[in-house]
Amino acid sequence: MSLKTLKPGYSGEVKDRLENFNGNQLVYVGWDHQLLFCAPFTLAVSPDIPFGQLRDQVMASVFSPHPEWTQINWDSAGWLLDGKAFVPQLDVSLQAQGIDHKSLLRFQTPELAGFMSAAV
Amino acid sequence: MAAKKLNTKDKYRLLTRDLDWEFSYEDRKQAFPFEEFEGIKITDWSKWEDPFRLTMDTYWKYQAEKEKKLYAIFDAVAQNNGHTNISDPRYANALKLFLTGVSPLEYQAHQGFAHTGRQFGGVGARIACQMQSIDELRHVQTQVHAMSHYNKFFDGFQDWSHMHDRVWYLSVPKSFFDDARSAGPFEFLVAISFSFEYVLTNLLFVPFMSGAAYNGDMATVTFGFSAQSDEARHMTLGLEVIKFLLEQHEDNVPIVQEWIDKWFWRGTRLLTLVSMMMDYMLPNKVMSWKEAWEVYFEEAGGALFKDLARYGIRAPKYAETIEKEKEHVSHQAWWLFYSYGDATAFHTWIPSDEELDWLSEKYPDTFDKYYRPRWEMAKKMEAQGKRFYTKGLPQLCNCCQIPLMFTEMDNPTQLAYRDTVYKDERYHFCSDGCHDIFVAEPEKYVQSWLPVHQILQGNCGGPGLEDVLRDYYRMNVGADNLDMKGSPDEQRWNSWKGVA
Ligand SMILES: [Fe+2]
Ligand SMILES: [Fe+2]
Ligand SMILES: [Zn+2]
Repeated sequence: MSLKTLKPGYSGEVKDRLENFNGNQLVYVGWDHQLLFCAPFTLAVSPDIPFGQLRDQVMASVFSPHPEWTQINWDSAGWLLDGKAFVPQLDVSLQAQGIDHKSLLRFQTPELAGFMSAAV
Repeated sequence: MAAKKLNTKDKYRLLTRDLDWEFSYEDRKQAFPFEEFEGIKITDWSKWEDPFRLTMDTYWKYQAEKEKKLYAIFDAVAQNNGHTNISDPRYANALKLFLTGVSPLEYQAHQGFAHTGRQFGGVGARIACQMQSIDELRHVQTQVHAMSHYNKFFDGFQDWSHMHDRVWYLSVPKSFFDDARSAGPFEFLVAISFSFEYVLTNLLFVPFMSGAAYNGDMATVTFGFSAQSDEARHMTLGLEVIKFLLEQHEDNVPIVQEWIDKWFWRGTRLLTLVSMMMDYMLPNKVMSWKEAWEVYFEEAGGALFKDLARYGIRAPKYAETIEKEKEHVSHQAWWLFYSYGDATAFHTWIPSDEELDWLSEKYPDTFDKYYRPRWEMAKKMEAQGKRFYTKGLPQLCNCCQIPLMFTEMDNPTQLAYRDTVYKDERYHFCSDGCHDIFVAEPEKYVQSWLPVHQILQGNCGGPGLEDVLRDYYRMNVGADNLDMKGSPDEQRWNSWKGVA
């Protein structure tokens, strides 16, 4: 079904197109089974930054208040990019490894159970 | 000699149905241009049963009397320093949420019913909508007057309508009504009169009004009583519109069902805010959100949908998911607001130990297992002098605009993620319900004004979050926001009560 409108040919303005973010793109990042942070984050970053910078600077700026952030073993952590298994390359830009505007990145750290083993 | 006074029946006929006229030289379709595009078929408007059974002259007389009493009580509340009689200063924060989140919806309802009150071809429906439009305007006015006394003594009440249009969490109620008002007139009525006022309104009104009664807030209780007779009429309109549409033509059934599915889902997402108000913001609790949901939706709504089955209408889609969510949403929502409490125009706090025990008792299957540990963690951090505030902006649902804070119901430590790609652009949602609403009408929701994205596009001032809060949202940073502990609200309360 599509939108029923008074006049034919209606189309809506796409509010969140890449061009509207002043050279940045959006990346959403969530830490699976970790609920100290109530929701995933929206990050605005340049598509040209390498993954390592996203992880160790941008993500660290929001996730590091969690006491377990520094204990994450990135070698064993799992990643999902838009729902599919993903192996990030630290030196490669986001754009070059398929992390595009409004992509969702999720990471899993099964060995960390959180505060009181309750995923906090 | 003719009687001086018309009898009720004649008066009713003359002042409602008889206000219509035949279109002899103009095209009736052009007079009511909104009536057909939604695909709804009306074969006979005269079959519309007037739900209000009220004429304008009696309306004014009756409402004026009610209002006189209401304002007398407001005056008494002010003269007797009613703000010092509330149970606890934390209670005022529920009112802040109400004034910024709900009262502007009354105004939106006023505008929406004024529009539908012009656009329906049937005079009975037009008059019902016009009366409701006036009711809703009275509601926003009387609520503002009820709250004005609190505005003199507590922070966070001052810029409610400005905030409603801009503040991140208020985009949840605002976008709900914008969605309904930008729909056609029949969808608007199914959305607001039926799905919201008939099916869900008790879950909004009862918590706030009984909450007021339990917490010593005479002004709000009195408002609630004065609005009650209006609400009864609004609910009748909701039921009438459904029955009328379903009886007019069988082709209307699938359209109406789709609207019920959509608006039931949007409504329950909106009520997430009420759930946390009930479980966390009322110092004296009325009942738990879960209990309210069971009484007002599962029992009452269950009977309603059994009744509508004869028209081929089934219970709303995803009702089973919602049934499970009643165990979780209030806890998830208060954690969201607590952890973003530096960006809210009301205060937040860690529940007291007594309250934590009350929550364990009311939610034996979920609270201790999933939610108490967060509060223990928050207590620990607060004790170390590091009251927890999340840094960074959350990801929002492109439909309901709530941060993606809802978890999978069969896996409650995992956040739920849904997405779709439309015209090469990816969109994210909190749930299947929100996903389906987008997919049905993508051209509408690609336009969502998502507060987080707007900030990141530079449309809300800045550059820092505090600049946005202070200049764009007009919050008094340091007074309106942050924890209840140490707030100016708390300090004033203590000085009124002579507590050091
Ligand atoms: Fe109202
Ligand atoms: Fe109403
Ligand atoms: Zn949603």
